[in-house]
Amino acid sequence: MTAAVAAPGAIVDRGAVRRQRIIGIFYLLLAAIAAFVLTSGIAPEATSTFALKPAGSKTGLDIPNLVVPSVVTLYAVAALCGFLGAIQLVRGFGTRWAVVLGIAVAVFVFGFLTWAAVGKSMSLIGILQLTVVKALPITFGALSGLLCERAGVVNIAIEGMLLTGAFTGAVVGSATGNNIVGLVAAGFVGAALGTLLAVLAIRYRMDQIIAGTVINIFAAGITGFVSTRVLQLHRELNEPQRFPQIPIPVLSEIPIIGPMFFSGNIFLYALFVLIGLIHYGLFYTRWGLRVRAVGEHPRAADTVGINVLGTRYRNVILGGIVAGVGGAYFTLGSTGSFVQDMTAGRGFIGLAAMIFGAWTPVGAFLASLVFGFADAVQARLSILNIALPSEFLLMVPYLVTIVVVAGLVGRVRAPAADGRPYEKE
Amino acid sequence: MTDEQHVDPVIEADLPTGAGSAGEPPPPAAAAPPSRLATAVRGLLVPVLAVLSALVIGAIIIVLSDLTFFERLSADPGGALGDALGSVWSAYGALISGALGSPGAYVEAFASGDSDQIISAFNPISETLLAATPLIFTGLAVALGFQCGLFNIGAEGQLYVGAVAATFVGFAVTGLPWFIHLPLAVAAGFAGGAIWGFVPGILKAKTGAHEVIVTIMLNYTAYRFVEFILKLPGYQREGRSDPISKVTEASSWYPPLIEGLRANWGFFLGLAAVFAVSWLLFRSTKGFEFRAVGFNPSAARYAGMSIAGSTILAMMISGGLAGLAGTGIVLGITRSLTSGVSAGLGFDGIAIALMARARPRGIIFAALLFGALRAGATPMQSATGIPIDLVVVVQALVIMFVAAPALVRGIYRIRVPEATGTEVFSKGWGS
Repeated sequence: MTAAVAAPGAIVDRGAVRRQRIIGIFYLLLAAIAAFVLTSGIAPEATSTFALKPAGSKTGLDIPNLVVPSVVTLYAVAALCGFLGAIQLVRGFGTRWAVVLGIAVAVFVFGFLTWAAVGKSMSLIGILQLTVVKALPITFGALSGLLCERAGVVNIAIEGMLLTGAFTGAVVGSATGNNIVGLVAAGFVGAALGTLLAVLAIRYRMDQIIAGTVINIFAAGITGFVSTRVLQLHRELNEPQRFPQIPIPVLSEIPIIGPMFFSGNIFLYALFVLIGLIHYGLFYTRWGLRVRAVGEHPRAADTVGINVLGTRYRNVILGGIVAGVGGAYFTLGSTGSFVQDMTAGRGFIGLAAMIFGAWTPVGAFLASLVFGFADAVQARLSILNIALPSEFLLMVPYLVTIVVVAGLVGRVRAPAADGRPYEKE
Repeated sequence: MTDEQHVDPVIEADLPTGAGSAGEPPPPAAAAPPSRLATAVRGLLVPVLAVLSALVIGAIIIVLSDLTFFERLSADPGGALGDALGSVWSAYGALISGALGSPGAYVEAFASGDSDQIISAFNPISETLLAATPLIFTGLAVALGFQCGLFNIGAEGQLYVGAVAATFVGFAVTGLPWFIHLPLAVAAGFAGGAIWGFVPGILKAKTGAHEVIVTIMLNYTAYRFVEFILKLPGYQREGRSDPISKVTEASSWYPPLIEGLRANWGFFLGLAAVFAVSWLLFRSTKGFEFRAVGFNPSAARYAGMSIAGSTILAMMISGGLAGLAGTGIVLGITRSLTSGVSAGLGFDGIAIALMARARPRGIIFAALLFGALRAGATPMQSATGIPIDLVVVVQALVIMFVAAPALVRGIYRIRVPEATGTEVFSKGWGS
């Protein structure tokens, strides 16, 4: 679709032209906001400070704070956005439009942070660290969805699996006093929900989105029921040990990257391993080829002797395990105790991250980082007490999800047999 | 968009459901064509068994979540089981008497002849009707979406926005007689929900964004929006620091059916909406287009229908119906807006729509059932300490059993005349 933009004189795709205009106007709008709205009321000599070294960190290289003059930076942001907007409107960026869009948004976000940090010091490294923390469960969710959808089963039950995983991790971890057992139990419960989804979707050929919705409602109900009935009386069942942070010796001292990716707990490293495994497995092994065949063209896969339904069962259950373990992060890796509905839509955001990442593990992780960043900025800004109601900041991750889904679906391609039951002839 | 496997569950419902199924061929296995009554009973079999199964599993959950039960099980198995059955019995007893009233209370009230007492004996039924009112609307909202091939999980958010609009008209407009003020507030509720339904509609039509993700995200957005608006001066109640709106004018309230009970004419607005939607879907050109688009988009396009237009309009009407559910609460029950206005009514709508197989008239009965569950849940919690969330679990199970009829038939070994096509209306994210 976008190729037509680059070739004036040829058959012009009217939809693409309109999209080009909309994006161009969007850049100009960003420029206007940066130049006129954000600069208002800022003293010309004011500066914004970004801390790049984690607070209280003793080790590592000494990185100085980044200090920028606020107004000048905002005008620079406005100029850059305006420039991109002008080019976009005049001749477009052809196939590179997505990259340019990413650059424009990133530049504007930097301007926005500059505005929020006027006369103050904002811990940029804190935001980046929080980005990874917030992206973690989203990535687990996205990987779960990916495993299922690559085999042709839509998994909208990620949310419920995460929630149940969080609950199970907390309860079993507290009851046994061993958080590893809690983690394993969360994986088992995830597998159980995955099996339920698989049986409903594959054996009973129930609509997969409804089957997922059932699991979500069921998970919300059962965790709410048990936490009201049992956990409120037995608080000792909701006090698991948290997994400790394990900084990796040398790597964690790399500036910026170190605190972000190499000072986490077991979940972070497990995630890296998982991303690597799924990427390798999906694209470089016989298993992956079969899974993708089942997701793209089950009939053809069946013809060459691949067990379509078996593959689907296996993948949905695997996806359930991943989501269950990822859910345990909410309790065992993050807050420590279970709170009703604590996942707050992260499973659905994971689904969007999977789409954003074009059904690839690495892409899903990068997309999750984008969502995690939106979440982290929101969390930091509400502390900084800026002139924007916190409710609007809380909407940001959800609105970003909508924009991403609306902007990308149709441009990234889902597995062809996604969501369709398979019936042997 | 081509999708030969795509079969609308409503049109291809596997069991004929009495009314509206006259055109379906009789099951070939039967020797003689079954009577109308037999067909109706057949159609009810799966929903009834679904509810029963859900209640049984709910009972098991009640027993298993009682930690003392396990401690006693080894020492005194008989007593432990007896107590467990007793607690299930008392929980469901409280649920039913909270929803329908207890026979003793009726007898006593009629024997006394005191009109106040008679009215208060009917209070549980009134509460059931009250709880069913918003459910009729959310059920209709989801059902209308299903008929047009859309899965509207966003009834919850649309309800919130409708409630915000209706509440605003309810307290900001003063000095009008009720027969102008009430319709105005109700229309505002419809409009609010319709706006919130328009967003996923146009995104689906223009960009292909799947309505499921968009509506879920809009649910969360609506929730934050309500929290924001409830703190705005001019919307928040004077002298309050918690998020609660001003009290709406009495002229915007649904009048009560009987003085002294909370059930109100909103219920009849719900019934009217059922017939209106039924007419729209099955008697009007627009509704035919909705169903055609839902059944086979390619054929609909080939026939010259606008898929985008139908999608947007159906989502707006669906959202508007969910907005009306919001009016059922803020103009019928609470009379002001709080952030907990919905508490899952939009999700109940999914269960109701599935249970009624997206048939408008079936929604009345499904909504009454779920209304009874909701009305009975609060007395159940206060009497026996079983948390309200049990009802959510039961509802999830009901959806599961209803949406997978083969599951129920498998459990109860019911023979089916003929297995029909797969029930699919969700397609992948891209199509």
